Amino acid sequence: MDSILFALDYLFGAPIFGLGTMIGFVWKALLLLVTLLVFTAYVLLADRKIWAAVQIRRGPNVVGAFGLFQSFADLLKFVFKEPVIPAGADKAVFLLAPLVTVLLALSAWAVVPVAEGWVLADINVGILYIFAISSLGVYGIIMGGWASNSKYPFLGALRSAAQMVSYEVSIGFVIITVLLCVGSLNLTHIVIAQQEMGLAHALGVPWLTFLNWFWLPLFPMFVIFFISALAETNRPPFDLPEAESELVAGFMVEYGSTPYMMFMLGEYVAIILMCALTTILFLGGWSAPIDLPPFTWIPGAVWFVLKLSLVFFMFAMVKAFVPRYRYDQLMRLGWKVFLPISLFMVVAVAAVLQLTGWGWHGGMA
Amino acid sequence: MTEHDVRTFNINFGPQHPAAHGVLRLVLELDGEVVERVDPHVGLLHRGTEKLIEAKTYLQAVPYFDRLDYVAPINQEHAFALAVERLLGIEVPFRGQLIRVLYSEIGRILSHLLNVTTQAMDVGALTPPLWGFEQREKLMIFYERATGARMHAAYVRPGGVHQDLPQALIDDIEKFTETFPKALDDIDNLITENRIFKQRNVDIATVSLEDAWAWGFSGVMVRGSGAAWDLRKSQPYECYDRLDFDIPVGKNGDCYDRYLIRMEEMRQSNSLMKQCIDLLNSEEGKGPVSTTDGKVVPPKRGEMKRSMEALIHHFKLYTEGYRVPEGEVYAAVEAPKGEFGVYLVSDGSNKPYRCKIRAPGFAHLQAMDFLCRGHMLADVSAILGSLDIVFGEVDR
Repeated sequence: MDSILFALDYLFGAPIFGLGTMIGFVWKALLLLVTLLVFTAYVLLADRKIWAAVQIRRGPNVVGAFGLFQSFADLLKFVFKEPVIPAGADKAVFLLAPLVTVLLALSAWAVVPVAEGWVLADINVGILYIFAISSLGVYGIIMGGWASNSKYPFLGALRSAAQMVSYEVSIGFVIITVLLCVGSLNLTHIVIAQQEMGLAHALGVPWLTFLNWFWLPLFPMFVIFFISALAETNRPPFDLPEAESELVAGFMVEYGSTPYMMFMLGEYVAIILMCALTTILFLGGWSAPIDLPPFTWIPGAVWFVLKLSLVFFMFAMVKAFVPRYRYDQLMRLGWKVFLPISLFMVVAVAAVLQLTGWGWHGGMA
Repeated sequence: MTEHDVRTFNINFGPQHPAAHGVLRLVLELDGEVVERVDPHVGLLHRGTEKLIEAKTYLQAVPYFDRLDYVAPINQEHAFALAVERLLGIEVPFRGQLIRVLYSEIGRILSHLLNVTTQAMDVGALTPPLWGFEQREKLMIFYERATGARMHAAYVRPGGVHQDLPQALIDDIEKFTETFPKALDDIDNLITENRIFKQRNVDIATVSLEDAWAWGFSGVMVRGSGAAWDLRKSQPYECYDRLDFDIPVGKNGDCYDRYLIRMEEMRQSNSLMKQCIDLLNSEEGKGPVSTTDGKVVPPKRGEMKRSMEALIHHFKLYTEGYRVPEGEVYAAVEAPKGEFGVYLVSDGSNKPYRCKIRAPGFAHLQAMDFLCRGHMLADVSAILGSLDIVFGEVDR
């Protein structure tokens, strides 16, 4: 990202984009934001297209070639509609809820390294920051459901609160196992650790980087993280807060127009964040799968987006195939299956690391 | 705090609810997510069918039956036609019977496909309905090619069926019966062994056989509880006694058993369709499709050009209609949703004095409270899905 700004500075012949200054930071943030929002538009389209393909439909195909501008048409539609606020609703909270959702979802991206050095805030507690921000995400839903002052949204909000808290517990433990291996809370370090140590090095084939990545040694955690990420972002089979056949649209029942769009936007940005997090924690972030020329020529950011898209493809396929859990089954899965497994894995990983002395020590410096 | 201060959470499930299967309104009393009481409110689709039929000739009454269970229209017409034929004392020629059975089984597949896949949708899987609809589309085209309408066929009429099937259509239906099991296997693979689908359906709304009889259940709802009760076997009508088919029976009487039975019944229907087509193509299956009694069935157009008597018959049938001897009769068919019966009282005129319709969905719906009590909110839609309710016939 710095290199782009540097190139822009060079083009204009003056440090307008000011490297390293406050203004430069604003430009970087804007660049990330715009890229992210445009990317979200196409992720949304991809979601609908994949879903349609599974269901033997065409999906959106009218606005632009292959429906490429569908998301933007939807954006216009939502923005030009009149926002309706129910008479009994708490107006302020009702309108604040989608804002909270979308702002929190976007702000988590500040610490996500898209490629080496391409990160807005390279803070040393990056993963904690993301965890905190995504935990706050539930407030958007609770506020929306409560402020609507309506029965279905209320039930949706109740479910959502319980669900997101339950699955954060197992996500937390999954993250801890990764952190144990890395020894750093910095997301960039987590990626570098996956380049510099791991199975490929142990086997004497260090160029097979994809064997290094944590998905292989921590495979059960990878699976748990993926499933918990589905639950955390309210994707099927855990879409209980908005379960169509039970709660109609859950906490979003009373929403329309721009506020609704912001809920949707926040939801998809959060989904992409979870995909990015899966990529960073388990799939080696921006590193190429094989550390040899044809692969290393491709820039890290491209690898990052490719891996992220792969994870998202799995998200989309899950949505197309599975039925929905019932509330009590969801709770049972979270507390009685995932929690014990992840707890055990934390202990096991810690024990292995302690006994063998494995783990990455670069982050300590 | 005294006990009466505890207030249940009441919600309206429908009539505008995506899982309400039309216009059902359930008033639910919830304790958290647990359902304490279900109060089904019916009548939002009441059109006064039974009363309207009293003011129509017997032939004019036929289209009303299409609009009852509009997912499998011909099966309803069939029951009415049987009732009128019993009062008139006429026999339907073999080819007519075969076509009736063929289209009844198409109706069964239409209905079961919709139900099975929407049951999956009610528990959250949105893909199966679209897979099922692709097959339903083919079947509705068969409806259209035989009757001119995709849904409201008005095809099975007292005395036989309206028109003969073109040979090309029979051949196409035969081709369909060869490809359909494959499509069914796809849906089977997607949901039958799916863990979440099983968790959402196994042991949900278990009905014992005694309860099933007591609540007036029929069709899949009693077969799910273990009774091999099927009107096509127990009191065969048309040529069902000449055809070879099995009745799948459940063990536990839960939503999952009912789902499995419907899946198997579709395979049985497919085989029945094949047998009908073989018979239609045989020497025995040739001949007229409706009774040749000119007093009941209108003559062919060509005949009207040549015969004065045929012209008179045509005029009389489409103005006054035919008179049905005094008496009363109950005729029932095994419709996809259960026992669909028509109770006719004739006063000897050209219009029924009374026509009572016994719709299976109504009996099933009245058990909603009994079935849902103690289950969770999410189960309500799963149970509703497994009851196979269509509001056309419940509200009539």
